[in-house]
Amino acid sequence: MKQMWHAMSLQRGRLAAAAFFGVIAAASTVALLGTSGWLISYAAELPPVLSLSVAAVMVRSFALSRSVFRYLERLVGHDAAFRGLTELRVTIYERLERLAPVGLLRFGRGDLLARLVADVDAALDLPLRVVLPWVQASVVSVATVAFLAWLVPGAGLALGIVLVIGLVVVPWIVAGIAARTERRLAPTRGALSASVVSSLDGAADLLAFDAVDAALADIGRRDAELTRLARRESAGLGLGVGLSTALQGAAVVASLAAAIPAVVDGRIGPAWLAVAALLPLAAYDIVATLPTSALAYQRVRGSAARINEVLDAPEPVHDPHDASPMPRPPLPLRCRGVEASWPGGSAEASAVGRPGEAVLRGVDLDIAAGERVAVVGPSGAGKSTLAMVVLRFLDYSGSVQLDDRQLRDLDGDAVREEVVLLTQDAHIFDTTVRENLHLGNRRATDDDLRAVLTRVGLAGWLTHLPRGLDTDLGPYGASISGGERQRLALARLLLAERRLLVLDEPTEHLDPVAADSLTDDLLAVTAGRSTLLITHRLRGLDQVDRIVVLIAGQVRAAGTHAELVAQGGWYAQRWQAEQERGDLGELIGIIPAGSALVR
Amino acid sequence: MRPVDPRLLRYARSTRGFLILAVVLGVVIAALVIGQARLLSTAIVEVAQGRATLTTVSGVLVALAAVFLARALVSWLAEAAAYRTSAKAKAELRAEAMDHVLRLGPLGPAGRDPGAVAALVTRGVDALDAYFARYLPQLVLAVIVPLAVLATVLGQDLLSAIIIAVTLPLIPVFMILIGLYTRARVDRQWETLSRLSGHFLDLVSGLPTLKLFGRAKRQAEAIRSMGERYRSTTMGVLRITFLSSFALELLASLSVALVAVTVGVRLAEGQVSFSVALFVLILAPEAYLPIRLVGQHFHAAAEGLGAAEEVFALLEQSVPTGGTDTPPSHPTIYIEDVGVSYAGRDHPALAATTAVLPPGTLTALVGASGGGKSTLLSVLLGFVAATTGRVRLDDVDLADVDLVHWRRQLGWVSQHPHLVAPGCDHPTIRDAVRLGLPDAGDAQVERALADAGVLAEVQLMPDGLSTSVSEISAGQERRVAIARALLPDPQILLLDEPTASLDGVSEEAVVTALMAARDAGRTVIVVAHRPAVVDAADIVVHVGSAPIPGSMTPPRLPILSRTGMTARDF
Repeated sequence: MKQMWHAMSLQRGRLAAAAFFGVIAAASTVALLGTSGWLISYAAELPPVLSLSVAAVMVRSFALSRSVFRYLERLVGHDAAFRGLTELRVTIYERLERLAPVGLLRFGRGDLLARLVADVDAALDLPLRVVLPWVQASVVSVATVAFLAWLVPGAGLALGIVLVIGLVVVPWIVAGIAARTERRLAPTRGALSASVVSSLDGAADLLAFDAVDAALADIGRRDAELTRLARRESAGLGLGVGLSTALQGAAVVASLAAAIPAVVDGRIGPAWLAVAALLPLAAYDIVATLPTSALAYQRVRGSAARINEVLDAPEPVHDPHDASPMPRPPLPLRCRGVEASWPGGSAEASAVGRPGEAVLRGVDLDIAAGERVAVVGPSGAGKSTLAMVVLRFLDYSGSVQLDDRQLRDLDGDAVREEVVLLTQDAHIFDTTVRENLHLGNRRATDDDLRAVLTRVGLAGWLTHLPRGLDTDLGPYGASISGGERQRLALARLLLAERRLLVLDEPTEHLDPVAADSLTDDLLAVTAGRSTLLITHRLRGLDQVDRIVVLIAGQVRAAGTHAELVAQGGWYAQRWQAEQERGDLGELIGIIPAGSALVR
Repeated sequence: MRPVDPRLLRYARSTRGFLILAVVLGVVIAALVIGQARLLSTAIVEVAQGRATLTTVSGVLVALAAVFLARALVSWLAEAAAYRTSAKAKAELRAEAMDHVLRLGPLGPAGRDPGAVAALVTRGVDALDAYFARYLPQLVLAVIVPLAVLATVLGQDLLSAIIIAVTLPLIPVFMILIGLYTRARVDRQWETLSRLSGHFLDLVSGLPTLKLFGRAKRQAEAIRSMGERYRSTTMGVLRITFLSSFALELLASLSVALVAVTVGVRLAEGQVSFSVALFVLILAPEAYLPIRLVGQHFHAAAEGLGAAEEVFALLEQSVPTGGTDTPPSHPTIYIEDVGVSYAGRDHPALAATTAVLPPGTLTALVGASGGGKSTLLSVLLGFVAATTGRVRLDDVDLADVDLVHWRRQLGWVSQHPHLVAPGCDHPTIRDAVRLGLPDAGDAQVERALADAGVLAEVQLMPDGLSTSVSEISAGQERRVAIARALLPDPQILLLDEPTASLDGVSEEAVVTALMAARDAGRTVIVVAHRPAVVDAADIVVHVGSAPIPGSMTPPRLPILSRTGMTARDF
């Protein structure tokens, strides 16, 4: 909430203008009805027609100003709110930037992140649906009450009491009911949603096992529960509208009852009676929008709370205040007794280990300039954690040195000017091929780009693109296959010309053929460059200088491919299994495609 | 957008009753609005003209209070009814959509991934709240109240009635004209807008990548300038929409002012009575208000109706039902030149394949990845229809048989099995295994788990069969899925890479189970990548096609000509 208020308060000049226009518009509405009531009542006294002209002009001008100022209020208010939203996005982005990538891992799939972004957008409602309506209603209420009190004190008092109830009590009740309803409905809605998602994910399994009806019955049961709750809560949800109408009636009747004796006594002219009756009617119409605003406030608060949950996460890495200068190349990497754990609270942390529990437990690793080292091991062994440490995305204890400097004494961004990472899910931005590649190196010419695409095996792909380098890749690079995406990311990384390449399971998520082919190309382009290749597939590892077997956060074995195969253990077993898979190729070769061999 | 989509009335039946209720309540509200104006003007006129005091008009005031209370009660009822209807209609739509989508098979609805369907069926359908709670009741009021007010005014003062009758239709007419005139421009700007709003999400999703290339900090400026463009484009759209509501509001205000001034002038000239004049003045704005409010709720409602229309589009996709013939029991399966190609793809998902699979045999489907092995299983399951050739079950064409019946003979383990258990919040291993045979006892479940080679591991877990499936490893998950397929003791087993991610010992257990099933007379069809399975097979089918054009590497498998086939000993 604090960030939202802050971002919006930067626009206070514009918001004040919008509030001013809104107050004039609302006041004009009230005045329009009041003046026309007076006009008719005064005309009933049969005055000369000319004496009505001032009131007639006022009626027309209030009609005009009501619309004009409402238009201005909307325009200026929305403009201010969108400016505030931009500020808020920048603030949130800057915070997320410090948390990324480790602090963002909990978002895993894109939809949670999309919800966060939608929550940020909800900040628009804070000025537009909460602050402005409330300011307008309050100012116009005070002015109407003051005018009526000047006319007939009793009527002013009556209207004042009703309006306070309308301004404060009714929105409070409505917000309370809505919050309670939401608390009851939310878990059921969540369960329904989970049931829908798991049925859709497992649609084929349900169909094959003739369990579609059971799944539908389950969804129906949860929806019935939701409908039952909604039925129970519906009375509460409609209460705001009912209460508002009842209060409006109370204001009108009370004001009339107070004004009638004043007319009878001759304290005020008879023409004012219509004013005393119609002003409360009009004023309450403006106050009646506040229950809706109370609901909007509830929603904004919910969004703000979810945003805070993200922003308050502990920073996974702390850059030094006065960083040491970067060492000069070549930059050998030297790790001794490295320990690292994941920051608490995130779901991913539990997949690799409990939050705070060490995932790396005393790892030693050396990569000399130009050397290629592979780190292999079962999933959960801490391989990716090691990558995060080397990229300076995660704090560590023990020693990680680039040349003679401790990594933790260096500025993270400076480290990443020398070290770069390719993961299984490199992000492809929703823009052109050229822009995506320029991220790696802004100065690269189109010829450079074509050359690097050829190196990563995308030359053919490029010629098939409708607009060549200017082709838009769509959100999340949706229009390209997994293999192409990884190759494009590799091209981007090669353009950046970093000294140490870290490749973290770059072929995960690809089918075996695409994975093998990418592995071959990866090994070809990294020859002679300092490379840390993290993988659980052993194909091509006979080409790297050294292999380190990491199991449960510890180095279990190290050596060349031949040495490890000879040694036995995890590596040798795994190698054996992968070899058997390859043998099938020969068998397939003798059966023509599309036919069967009966033994 | 049509104001009331007839398909909504068809698919969500609760909508019909609600429409009738809304009309009834609308008539009551119109009567109360007119009564309120009448009572209010009477009280004022009587007192202002010196004919009454507080005591003598107290009856009128009480009646006025009663009318307000009645209005409060009716609007409360209408609101409550709207929420109930909304919940019910959403449930009805959701049920129909899920029923349909689940029967569409593993490919699901054309052009949509499960995530998009899930979002549509949950959050999308929830957007109907605005339609039911705001738009629809207001639409009914916008028809009833202005007509009622007009008729009442006509009985009192002809000129005012004429002014209202002339200006009132201008509002919807202007709404439509402005809408038509600005639509092209607004559409174009919405397009830019949706691109811009995706940009922030794109940058946040790509943060790790940006940080790698040292661009993350600088993007804050990009977000600022993009926000600026977002704002100016949005304001471009809003300027138009606000301008149109400005025009409508102005029209309504000026019409009311015109009624007030003309009636005032004629009152001063003695042409109409005070009571008529005041009554008309109070009533006139009520004619315009509901029409303007419909316009205000239009956008929120359009979102909900948009979601509803997408649901209707889903419902109109036809479900592959198959035929009606009873499939033969445990037939020989003849795969005759069966091929599958999807519209819009230039290479077939499954190239023509021929094989004969008699009962009591174990068949291994081998071939390069992407060659169509899983597609062939999908054809046998009836998920996908063969585009060329046919599958024969003894002498019956698979296309003619009742698929539900046929699938009861099948046990299937997909490449990525989902351990679903409808009705269980936290499915256990027991729940997952019993998917196809919900009444199975623990002994049966344990035997299936034992056949799948995973029972020993399950028994070592602290909660045994009651262990949540979210806590087991990928390898265990796969074997539980095998147990699930074995449990109903099906005649025909279809397994897609059942031994992937299994170690040697578990693999051996699975292969033994498959051989045991074969020896018991079952038909076993396995997509295999590992020699252990192929070694056990009686029939080996090479499922594959020509190299995929434009692919980066052709499959690395030597393709021999038909004549080059050698009978080699496996």
